[in-house]
Amino acid sequence: MKTTSFAKKILNAPYIVWSLIFIIAPLIMVIYYAFTDRSGAFTFNNVIALKNYGETFGRSILYAVIATLICLIISYPLAYIIARSGANKRGTLMMLIMLPMWMNFLIRTYSWLTLLANKGVINTILGAIGLGPFHMINTPGAVILGMVYNFLPYMVLPIYSIMSKLDFSLTEAASDLGCNGFQVLRRVIFPLSVPGIISGITMVFVPSVSTFYISQKLGGGKYLLIGDSIEMQFQSAYNYNLGASLSLVLMVMIIACMLVMNKFADDEGAAII
Amino acid sequence: MSIPNYIHRLERGCKLNEKTVIINLKNISVSFDEQQILKNINLHIRDGEFVTLLGPSGCGKTTTLRIIAGFLEPDSGEVIFDGKTINGVPAYKRQVNTIFQRYALFPHLNVYENIAFGLKNKKVPKDEISKTVTEMLGLVNLKGFEKRNIDSLSGGQQQRVAIARALAVRPRVLLLDEPLGALDLKLRKDMQFELKNIQQRLGITFIYVTHDQEEALSMSDTIVVMNSGEIQQIGSPTDIYNEPVNAFVADFIGESNILDGIMRDDYYVEFEGMRFKCVDTGFGKNEPVDVVIRPEDVDIVPSDRGMLKGEVTSVSFKGVHYEIIVDINGFKWMIQTTEKSEVGDIIGISIKPEEIQIMKKSEYSGLYGDYSSFSDEFDGLSNPDTDKAENENSPQEE
Repeated sequence: MKTTSFAKKILNAPYIVWSLIFIIAPLIMVIYYAFTDRSGAFTFNNVIALKNYGETFGRSILYAVIATLICLIISYPLAYIIARSGANKRGTLMMLIMLPMWMNFLIRTYSWLTLLANKGVINTILGAIGLGPFHMINTPGAVILGMVYNFLPYMVLPIYSIMSKLDFSLTEAASDLGCNGFQVLRRVIFPLSVPGIISGITMVFVPSVSTFYISQKLGGGKYLLIGDSIEMQFQSAYNYNLGASLSLVLMVMIIACMLVMNKFADDEGAAII
Repeated sequence: MSIPNYIHRLERGCKLNEKTVIINLKNISVSFDEQQILKNINLHIRDGEFVTLLGPSGCGKTTTLRIIAGFLEPDSGEVIFDGKTINGVPAYKRQVNTIFQRYALFPHLNVYENIAFGLKNKKVPKDEISKTVTEMLGLVNLKGFEKRNIDSLSGGQQQRVAIARALAVRPRVLLLDEPLGALDLKLRKDMQFELKNIQQRLGITFIYVTHDQEEALSMSDTIVVMNSGEIQQIGSPTDIYNEPVNAFVADFIGESNILDGIMRDDYYVEFEGMRFKCVDTGFGKNEPVDVVIRPEDVDIVPSDRGMLKGEVTSVSFKGVHYEIIVDINGFKWMIQTTEKSEVGDIIGISIKPEEIQIMKKSEYSGLYGDYSSFSDEFDGLSNPDTDKAENENSPQEE
């Protein structure tokens, strides 16, 4: 008994060390900075200063929710089509979804700048056929577009992995029992793919709500998000304490969202029909 | 306890039009990837009948079932249901229901919701749904299982839920795709009996797909023997067993000794260099034929009184009888007998005229019915493409 438990401790050690260095320590640092001032004395000033960021938080959540919904609307049928196509075609389609992820995030975002600019690629093409020009860059729409574009694969992948494991005879059984195409989707495919939807939503919402850079480039700095504010505190204002307290609030918000989503997954998975 | 209303209604309904044809397949052909799966299938099925599609795997029996269910459209040919052509009618609009090989129960729903699934689609009022579900659970002996999770049920119980789910929507025809394949032997025997019982009580047409000849013989009103996309023979179990039309059917259904013969005249056939009296007519004079003699129809007599004589080369005890292999002029016969013989004995055999079945020569002549390499193992190896051989030799069946 003793030897096995000792062996287990040894085997667990790397994980414990890992999480101490990379998870626990940074968390403690964030909490420490959030409740101290520059001299290191305990203070609530950082928390009180948060009241100025209400609008930024609200905008972050709103944009993230919209981006997540758009991702879901695009990804669900896409994942279904990929999962239902033949083995060869499936590989190619998945490759196309993954391909942008191999490129640097900043470059991908920057490329949209040239596409959406007032004299950019899209307006030039539209101008050639007598349309536009449209003002697209530096709008909330451009920021949300950037989020959708960057995080779409994170929605497609989990939904696809659930859909590809779905037993095809279940959909046959459903149509055998009188379901038309839409009813098969609503009563069998959708309820069974809820776990994929939940993890897709989490994987898109979390990075969307905390993202920076996208809004700076595509929003022209006019629509600051909470991620940008945090970056600014650390990079230009050198106010680590306010930055830390903003991070802390964001983290609590994300944890709360995930708890709600998990609860939703447990309860509604079956009852949603 | 009174039999539920709807069972009465179905019973009455079926007696009125017992003889009408409910499903008619005309010249059905299907190919996948340039391989012909079904070749010009013609089949009609009467209302209230228990029909079995029997054949080795890959013979096209499941494809035929899927065409009737509406999951697959034939390349050519007509599917007629109750007098109307239903080509192109989607599965959800057809009055047929399927019990799938692996049951295909909905894992996100409990037993009650699974059985109620089809009724909800039909917008049946709630109290009526609950009445029907209770009735169906009674029919399959699963009372009290309403709230159970599908994953918590045994294979046999899942099978019963699948039956209840399909019957709840009151189909005119129930399609069963090897429904007992996943159950163990004992449970399979019980379910065979129960399914037959349900079919007779409800009077619904059952179309049953299996590769198990014993299952087919004991349950069916009509057996359709299929091989490589073609119907070989349609008939009652006794017809199929006693009068197989070719060597494939004779070999697939039960054991057979199949010999080359020549029909010398009406009532006279010659094989093994001897002339035998038989009961068959209608063949040409001196026409080459296949002669089938079932192992249980051969009588063992002292060697000096036998029509043919030979040496016993193997004896195995099967419980009810002995199975012996006898070498007669180089052709090895299988004989089932209750009398014990020893290896090396010289015995005579005698065959009554009515036990000799004469078949026209076919593409299957010469392929089956010789036990010269016989052993349980060899039989499986020499017919790798027939499920029958594999199945009969699997330990759980013996």
